Amino acid sequence: MEFFLQLLINGLSVGLLYGLSALGFVMIFKSSSVLNFAHGQLLAIGAFFFLVLVSWLQLPVALAFLVTLAGSFVLGFTVERIFLRPLIGEPLIFVIMLTVGLSSMFKGLLLFFFGGNLQTYPDFLPASLGMQFGGITIAPVYVASSLMGVTFLVLFGLFFKYSPQGIFMRSVADNQTAALSLGVHVKKVFALSWAIAALVASMSGIVLGVINGINVHEISSIGLKVFPVVILGGLDSIGGAIIGGIIIGLLETFTSGYLSPSLRDVIPYIVLVAILLVKPYGLFGLVEIERV
Amino acid sequence: MENEKDDTLLLVNNISVVYSDVIQVLKGVSLKVPRGQIVSLLGSNGAGKTTTLKAISGLLKPENGKVTDGEITYDGAGIQNLSPEEITRKGIIQVLEGRQPFKYLTVEENLRVGTATRPLKPYKKDLEMVYHYFPALTKRRKTMAGYCSGGEIQMVVMGRALMAHPKLLLLDEPSLGLAPLVVKEIFRIIRLINEEQHTTIVLVEQNANMALKIAHYGYVMENGRVVMEGEAKDLTENPDVKEFYLGVGAGGTARSYRDVKSYKRRKRWL
Ligand SMILES: Nc1ncnc2c1ncn2[C@@H]1O[C@H](COP(=O)(O)OP(=O)(O)O)[C@@H](O)[C@H]1O
Ligand SMILES: [Mg+2]
Repeated sequence: MEFFLQLLINGLSVGLLYGLSALGFVMIFKSSSVLNFAHGQLLAIGAFFFLVLVSWLQLPVALAFLVTLAGSFVLGFTVERIFLRPLIGEPLIFVIMLTVGLSSMFKGLLLFFFGGNLQTYPDFLPASLGMQFGGITIAPVYVASSLMGVTFLVLFGLFFKYSPQGIFMRSVADNQTAALSLGVHVKKVFALSWAIAALVASMSGIVLGVINGINVHEISSIGLKVFPVVILGGLDSIGGAIIGGIIIGLLETFTSGYLSPSLRDVIPYIVLVAILLVKPYGLFGLVEIERV
Repeated sequence: MENEKDDTLLLVNNISVVYSDVIQVLKGVSLKVPRGQIVSLLGSNGAGKTTTLKAISGLLKPENGKVTDGEITYDGAGIQNLSPEEITRKGIIQVLEGRQPFKYLTVEENLRVGTATRPLKPYKKDLEMVYHYFPALTKRRKTMAGYCSGGEIQMVVMGRALMAHPKLLLLDEPSLGLAPLVVKEIFRIIRLINEEQHTTIVLVEQNANMALKIAHYGYVMENGRVVMEGEAKDLTENPDVKEFYLGVGAGGTARSYRDVKSYKRRKRWL
């Protein structure tokens, strides 16, 4: 029982992180229909940027974290302006191929600067962050990751539900022409969704870096878990992305706990295929509202 | 001349519009829209009414269309081929054909998107104004727009446009597919908005009967050209308009769509 609860908690906190990272991916897809194949590299860039600030420049952790968030926000914004904006109006497949190109480029640059070895952050999380319930110990990193996941999901939820910019972003995802007709700056919305996507990706990258260590290939491939996550949740549903993230996180931890760690990366995909056979639009994909 | 410039809010002067660099749809369309009036643009399907509105609002661009000839002057300045972001901020708002709400946003969120041209400014008063014109929306404010009825959606999309404080409102077939009573109500509100908010309106319609009742002036389009224009009451009396757009034949009987088509054919070949 204790073992089960332990796995449950670890799975939930990793899952929240997957959900957070998938939120960024879904936002880009919803606003501009672009599948961002460079998503995994956005996680890696965040993780390495934080590494530079914390280990090389020795900045205080909180400051380094904030600088990483701001930096990745600007990075996402810039990537949209430089690479994506000129392709607005071109066939989508060009844009998607461009993101494939971006992913290779980012990966190449990261390998050039940091090499392919496993690096680690200094141990900066205070041990007091850990929790103990009877026989269950929650490591500080899982506490931190859950806190961060919940905080940001709530913040983004409020942002999309109530803020003008959040409502404009949803309007563009809903009907781009109608949004244009009311004067919504659609290009600004695209840029903002890239900025937010890069921001949430880098947050996930940092925490995953704390859990697993930092390696370009490793983090990039974890980033690509957004695909099972968002397909499971429904490609166009933000709530679905979060629940999809949690499901994949739980499946992974339970698989490696009860079956074998080597199956960890396989089982989620098997479940995914099974679910898609039953629900082709994912668990929470938007059902088109059709009226006659 | 000076007087005319003051009175005219929008002047469309002999414009041609081409889609995808090859498909010419408008061939020299001219319109004059005086301040504070309702000008109706009539004509059957495919005449180029929507294209004319999109040329004015800048929405041709995303459809790969372009004004290749002529000028569009609004408030004394040329606006042809400006982006929709710029044109909406000058006070021109188009209500798209076919009722396009943001389906997954609530009614009130739909209305809030109407503040996009002036974000972060207070909008509570404007919401009240919209609910005043469309009281039916008050109890639907928290409903997802996709689940509203056709008439309610028409109110949402018009209310959304009002939130932007338009000086020139372009309405594309607001009555299409609505029940007669709802149509009547919508037209009553259009006239009210024009009278109380002093909003200048270009009203595109196939329902010439209703449109000419509230419009001051009207244009009839066919095949990318303006084929007739005049004061609304003169158009109502015009025998051709009567026969082919008001659906009243010489003997006072309604004519079928087939007759309208043969009329078009006759016009083309004779
Ligand atoms: N995006 C487009 N590309 C090419 N042709 C178009 C496009 N939009 C409209 N057309 C053509 O332009 C003509 C006029 O269309 P439209 O302006 O929608 O007419 P109306 O609103 O009067 O029914 C039609 O023949 C239509 O097929
Ligand atoms: Mg039309």
